[in-house]
Formats: sequence, C-alpha cells, structure tokens
Amino acid sequence: MSERIDIDAANRTAVDRMTATRPMLMGVEKAADLIPALRDRRLLHAGPPIAWAQMTGPLRGAILGAALFEGWASDEAAAATMAERGDIAFEPCHHHATVGPMAGVVSASMSVYVVEDSASGKRAFSTLNEGYGKVLRYGAFSAEVLDRLRWMNGTMAPLLAEAIREGGALDIRALIAEALQMGDEGHNRNKAGSLLFLKTLAPHLLSASGHLKPKAEVLEFLGGNALSVLNPIMAACKLMADAAHGVEGSTIVSTMARNGTEFGIRVSGLGDRWFTAPSSVPDGLYFPGFGPADANPDIGDSTITETVGIGAFAMAAAPAIVSFIGGAPEDATRATLEMYEITAGEHPHFTIPALGFRGTPVGIDLRRVVELGVSPRVNTGIAHRQAGVGQIGAGLVRPPLKVFEDALLAYAEKYGY
Amino acid sequence: MLRSVIRPGVYYDSVVLMRVQRSLAALPDVLDAGVVMATPANREILAAGSLLPEDLANSRADDLLIVIRAASAAAAEYALSQLDELLRARRTASAESYRPHALTTAIGELPDARWVMISVPGEHAAALARQALDEGKNVFLYSDNVTLTEELELKQLAGERGLLMMGPDCGTAILSGVGFGFANRVRRGGIGLIGASGTGLQAIASRIHELGGGLSHALGTGGRDLHQEIGGLTALAALDLLSRDEETRVIVLVSKPPAPGIATRVLAAARRTGKPVVVHFLGQPRPERRVGTLHFATSLAEAAEIAAGLAEQTEPAGASFAKSSPGALLRGLFSGGTLAAEALLGLRVFLRTIASNVGHDASYRDTSQNGHRLLDLGDDEFTVGRPHPMIDLTLLRERIRAAATESSVGVVLLDVVLGDGAHADPASELAPEIAAGKALAASQGRALEVVVIVIGTEGDPQDLARQVAELGGSGATVVRSVGEAIERVTAVLAVPTGERSGRPVPIEALRPPVAVINVGLESFHDSLVAQGAATLQMDWKPPAGGNRRLTEILAKMGAPRR
Repeated sequence: MSERIDIDAANRTAVDRMTATRPMLMGVEKAADLIPALRDRRLLHAGPPIAWAQMTGPLRGAILGAALFEGWASDEAAAATMAERGDIAFEPCHHHATVGPMAGVVSASMSVYVVEDSASGKRAFSTLNEGYGKVLRYGAFSAEVLDRLRWMNGTMAPLLAEAIREGGALDIRALIAEALQMGDEGHNRNKAGSLLFLKTLAPHLLSASGHLKPKAEVLEFLGGNALSVLNPIMAACKLMADAAHGVEGSTIVSTMARNGTEFGIRVSGLGDRWFTAPSSVPDGLYFPGFGPADANPDIGDSTITETVGIGAFAMAAAPAIVSFIGGAPEDATRATLEMYEITAGEHPHFTIPALGFRGTPVGIDLRRVVELGVSPRVNTGIAHRQAGVGQIGAGLVRPPLKVFEDALLAYAEKYGY
Repeated sequence: MLRSVIRPGVYYDSVVLMRVQRSLAALPDVLDAGVVMATPANREILAAGSLLPEDLANSRADDLLIVIRAASAAAAEYALSQLDELLRARRTASAESYRPHALTTAIGELPDARWVMISVPGEHAAALARQALDEGKNVFLYSDNVTLTEELELKQLAGERGLLMMGPDCGTAILSGVGFGFANRVRRGGIGLIGASGTGLQAIASRIHELGGGLSHALGTGGRDLHQEIGGLTALAALDLLSRDEETRVIVLVSKPPAPGIATRVLAAARRTGKPVVVHFLGQPRPERRVGTLHFATSLAEAAEIAAGLAEQTEPAGASFAKSSPGALLRGLFSGGTLAAEALLGLRVFLRTIASNVGHDASYRDTSQNGHRLLDLGDDEFTVGRPHPMIDLTLLRERIRAAATESSVGVVLLDVVLGDGAHADPASELAPEIAAGKALAASQGRALEVVVIVIGTEGDPQDLARQVAELGGSGATVVRSVGEAIERVTAVLAVPTGERSGRPVPIEALRPPVAVINVGLESFHDSLVAQGAATLQMDWKPPAGGNRRLTEILAKMGAPRR
C-alpha cells in the first residue's frame, strides 16, 4: 500500500465543515417549487430507500394521508391500491436535501421551511410541525388530520413566510445554542427552542397582513406545540451533516435515518451508499394504555440531530427528560460523556452548562463505534405500529451495530485496509 | 373498576408523570394507569386507552389527572394512596461516576493515574497492556493466558518507555501502602519485595508484618519473568527501581528457580543495588547463607525473618566492585573434593557455566569452550603416579603458573588444608608462585585475583597464623570458608558488562498518590476505593465485539486521534 489517507485529518475536515455551517431560516415555500422530484406523483419519506411492501404502519398511513391530501385518491382504499400498484413513487427525503420527523412524508403541495447556509448558499428543507396527537407523521390520515394540514399549508404557511420575510433570516444555529442553555437537547425536548422561535416570530406575525384571528390561531398553534421548532432545527442539522459528507477518507457518519423498517447510515468517505439493518423498538416510557407490544420499530429522520451533536448527544443539557433512560440527572451526564467516546470533536457553538460549557460531542467516528461496541444514543418518539394511532411514548434507541460494522468493512474495501 | 383524581393547578414535567404512571401500573392488581395533564390531546389519548373518566366537566388543561383501572376498588385506592410518594420520589442519585469504554477516555478522566490494572480475558490482555504502555502508563497485568512472545514484547516495550510491566499473571503488588490485586494490609516500612508468585509475596509480606516490620513496596513480575525467554526484564527493572527508592533499605527477591543464565544476571543486579537483598529461589539449594550483600533463604518465612532482621540494622551494606574484572574467567584448583563441590554449587548460581570434574562431570575435558573451570586435583585421574595434592604441591603450582599466563583468567581460587599428614609448609611453595603469577599478570596490564581458602586451626603443625600471613603477603586474598570465597570470587567476576538495557523507571511510579485505572475485575476497583486510592473503573468490552476481521481493519487504520 502506498500513500495512506490521513483519516484523522479527513475527519477533522468533515467535522470542521459540519460545525462551521451556519443555517439560517430564510422562509416558507411550496415543496414542489423547491424539490423537482415531487412532481409526477412522487413522495418523500424518512430513512433509507424502501418499497411499499416493506413499509410498516406509520409510514404507510402517512403515505395514504399524503395521497388523500394531494387529491390523488378519494379514499383510503383507492390510495392504498395506487401505492400497491406502484402508481406512487417513493424516495428518501435525504436524497433531496430534505428531512422529516417520524414518517417524514413530504408531498408537492406541502409547505416547507427553507434553511440556507449563508457561506455556501446550500439549502435544506423540512415540513411544518403538526403538533401532537393524531398527526400525519405518525401515520394518521383522518379528516381532522387532513383539515389541520390544509389549515397549516393554507393559512399558517403564508403568514409564517411573511413573518420571516419581515423579521429577516433566523439564525437556527444560534437558536439551538441558546436552547441548550435552557434545558433542551434539540430532538425530543424542544420546549425552550420552540418558545424562542415563537418569541422571535410573534411581532412579525402580528404585523403581517390580514385579519387578527388567523394570526392568533397561528400563535396559539405554535405556542401549544413544544416541537414547533423541531422541523427547522432538523433542516438546519441536515445542512450541517451534508457539509460533512463526501470528504475522501473520512470515517465520520454523515446520515442516520430510519424508515420504520430499517435503520440506515451513510458515511462521509463512502459516497451515497446506505448501510442498513432492521430498526429496533425504542426502550422508553409509554402513554397510558400502551406498551412495547404496540410500538413500531424506530422511525424518522430526526436522528439527524444526533448526527450533528445534539439530541441524545446533548442529553447532559436536558436533565428534565432523563427519565427516559432511567432516572437520575447523572444519567444524562453519563449519556453525553459516553458519546464523547465515539465522536471526533467537540462542538464549538453548542455547549453544555452542566459540563462546564464543554462543547457537545460531535462527529460520530465509525472506527470508535465499532471498536468500542458503543452505538450512538438516539432520543426518540415512539409510534404505534398501526397507521393512524399516533405517538404512544418516547424513549431511547441505539442503531444496530451491524450498520457501522458493514460500513467499516466497505471502508476497508474501498481504501484498501 | 376505574378511579380518578384531579389535582388542580399543579405542574409536573410529562416525563415525571410518565414515570409515576409506570410505577402505578406496576402495583398489584392495577391493570392500567394514566397520569397526565388534562389537555385535550391527553384526554384523547386516555380515551383511546379506555382510561377516560366520564365526568370531567370541571377539569381544565392545567389540572393533573390521575386515572387507575384496577381489578378491585381496594387496589385502586391503594394505588391512589401511593401517588404523593411517587411524585416525590427521586431515584437516589448514584455517586458513581462515568465508566469509560476506551482507555484513552479513562486517562483523560484520571490523568494522574500512573497505573493501569488489567484483568480482562487473556486473549485481549496483551493488546490492552500495549495500549497502556503506549500511553505512558505502568501496567499491573493480572490476566493470564498471555503468550510468552507477547510477554516479551510487552516487557521490551516497557523497557523502552521506562515503565514497569508487572505480570502477566501478576496477582499481587503493594505500592506505597496501596494493595493491587490480592494484597494484605501490611505496615509501611523499609523492606521492598520483588516476587513472581502472588501468594509468595503475600506470605512474606504478612510474616514481615507479624514480625513488626513493614514494606516500602511489593512488586510483582509474573510467573515467567525469570524464564530464559523473558530474561528477568521486570525483575531487573524492579531491582533497579528499588535501588533508587530511598524508603527501601532491604530488598527481598522471591521466585521459582530461574533459568541459570537469568539467575546470574538477576543476582548481579541484586548486588549492584548496594542494598541487602534476601534471595529465595523456591526449591533451589542456596549457595550460601550469605554472599556479600546477598542473603539466601530456604523458605518464605525465613526470607521474611532475615529481611526483618536486616531492616533493623543501621549499617550500610554497600559493596565495592572497585577491583572487579567482569567477563574474566575463574580457575578453581582444589585439593579437597568436598570443598570443590561446595564451591561449585555456590558459584554456579552466579557464574552460570563452570566446567568441572566434580561429581563425575567430565565437562572440563571439553577445552573447545574457554570458560570458567573448577577442578578437584585430588581426584583419581590427577593422582595417578603422584601423591595427593595435599602433600605434593607440584601439580597445583603448575596449574597456578598456567592460569597466570592465560590472559582471560581473572581469578584463581584454591584451597589450602592444614593439619597432620598434610604438606608441612604449603605457604612456602605457594606464596612465591602466587606472587610470580600476579606479577606476570601485572606486567601484562592485567589484574589477577588469587583467593585462598585456608582450612585449619591454630594448633596445627603448619602454624595457621604464619600460613595466612605469608599467603596474604603474596597478594592473595585469604578466606576461611567457601562462603567467603564465593563472595570474593563473585564480587570480582559476577558483574555483567554494561547496564540493564531498559530505560530506568522513574521513582514516581511508586510514589503516592497512587492512582489507578482498572480494566476488568470490579472487586479490584472496590478494593482500591476502600483503600482510599484514586481509581477509575472502565466499562470495557472486547474490541469490535471480538470480531477478528474488524479488529484487524481497525488496527491497520490506526487509533483515532483528536
């Protein structure tokens, strides 16, 4: 073997690009105008590529809901027939600069947040968050779900677009940094971040054109949803992760995503190949009346947060949600300390007060994960396995080690180790 | 049976409520439980689980709603009675700190640790020990099933780095009063132990304590350190280390019988410490009770007793090697067979190979190898056709003369046995011969030491005092026992040329505060904690889950650096 790649240098480059990315929320626009793939009855979904036959309940439900929302079918049965027949095409959000929580289904007429890196001009997209209960992202597609989607895209989206236009681009990296100081971890807990989001938008929403009542409804909707900022955060994380992708020789994980059937990762130095393995059921707490037997395997693109060093990686910043992993605040600290062992760097912008303002662990190094047998921690919501029921709990999940081992073998093959 | 309670105007984080709910649902005869803020979304969730009470007209979104479905009213009432306790309950915060998976992390967490204690399965132990040495840490390797090749590599690496590599298969050590592995609580004092076997060290340490003595340190080498292949690398490093340790006044060296060449090196190093060293090679006859600064014991208890006694003495035990001729050869010329046998037995421990005719050994006839030689000139083959050398000194004189002309010879050792029947005045013949030999050597720029063992009493006809005086006057060193002779001979010859190959281990390795990273047996960690030592337990797993292919790839890719 002649010239060996300096893996550490490659990883430093990848992590530096990731942390240097400064995602700004620029506006809200129609998905079809930004993502050409969405024309021709195509839908985006969370996680690695998947066919209808392999999909589990929540993703199927969300797809049926999107077909109804787009008016491609008049009822559930007709929509299901279309999907089975292959009349609807599916592609991962990740292939189109997009990320979506849970099922992550994006259709042409949905509005999406537009987040842009000021330096590179690259953009990423994410839908508007629907709140809790029966929602499309958990596979619900009843009339009430579709009505809410129509209100969000018809009433809220234009107001948000105008408010952002008026208020100017919103620095999501700064928002995340501030929220971490306020007890959020940016994935499962976005209480502070969502309020910061609301606080920033509120004056501009009020000064937007039109009647006061819809504006008040938008304010109430955003304020009542502690996850309202999750989607712009995810789009911001997607920009950071994509910036780290494609560095020759780098072993940094640049994507982690699940489609409800498989958990998939991509690696900076290994091109666009997905490494997948069956997704597991999260270990966590359940809503009244539900238990692990009701849970769908892990689903969603929201693992993009852990990929760039927040979420479960910043658990020490969010001791209030630590019960998901067992109880004491010390467990939150330990969770973050463990992630330092599998990451290549510490985030220069995202810091944790409880750890003396140490930067969050960032840049998952394939080598460390495989050697130590420590899979990244992920904080996540738990979806019911049946389409339409919705969220039934929240907890912790770890990707199967196999995806990292397979990626390491592929790396060895590609780079001659 | 559905029972519910509303608590108006209280706020708990939803995660706290979910935890309480899980605890309630786990109570006897409780079928399901809901503990939520009574928001519309939560009411829907309760309804979906058939947990929504019928009459909630007066509740608001900021009310806490508790619902129990139980097999009996009593079970539901009991569950509700536990509510306050559960809301208050916090898990006892564990004081346990984070347990790192990677050694590098552990070192970052406990940077003061100079030691890494390893007790993982043998197949993984060497790699871990190598990593610790690479990180500049001394190693206590408890694990066994490490190959001899790996052991040698580890000990050579430690030598290059100036680190102490205790083990593999090292059960015991005590550093500045802190016990590693299996160790007894022993008083601090001036005795330093070096031993291969864990229980051997424990037995000596305990006995020294019982005798009122105390330990500076106890260092383990592992059971194979004195094997030919390993060459006593750790024992030599430990001797060197204790020689520089001010607290250590007396050293005890205990081991199974070493390989012959290794014993030579180790004993020479033991003498070079300049401190009294009590040596006990289990099952190997001791050469003498004492040879210079070396004291030989015949049992673990005796080793402890000798050491405890020596530690009470105040006189310095320094030995001089000013006139030493390392690498020079011995010519032993005996008239007494038993004296020759005893000298051979003792000297072999120090000089390794000695060709001799003692005890039907014909090795001396092989003159192709020019090495040490010790002959019994009273043996039959030398007395054919001439009187015994106690009577006729001709042969002895010839041999002395021949030895003096050999440039490689550094010491001539002979015995003179006085008494009735023996030569009337041996000194009259031998003293001139000795003086001539020494003069010849001196003229060639060589030092020739002649050691004469004189056996006799002041009543003997030869006049003991005059014999001793005349022999001494010739330049010979006159001694009165084989033991003294061995001491003298080995002081001249048994110093290996050059220094130990490894870099010296800094004395700080032994000094407090003793801080240790423990990988493996948790009881070792607990024991260190109980002793008040700074210690960090690792949460270690076999690299890459024990997958060989992945481990190989990772090794080729190199350890990640921040």
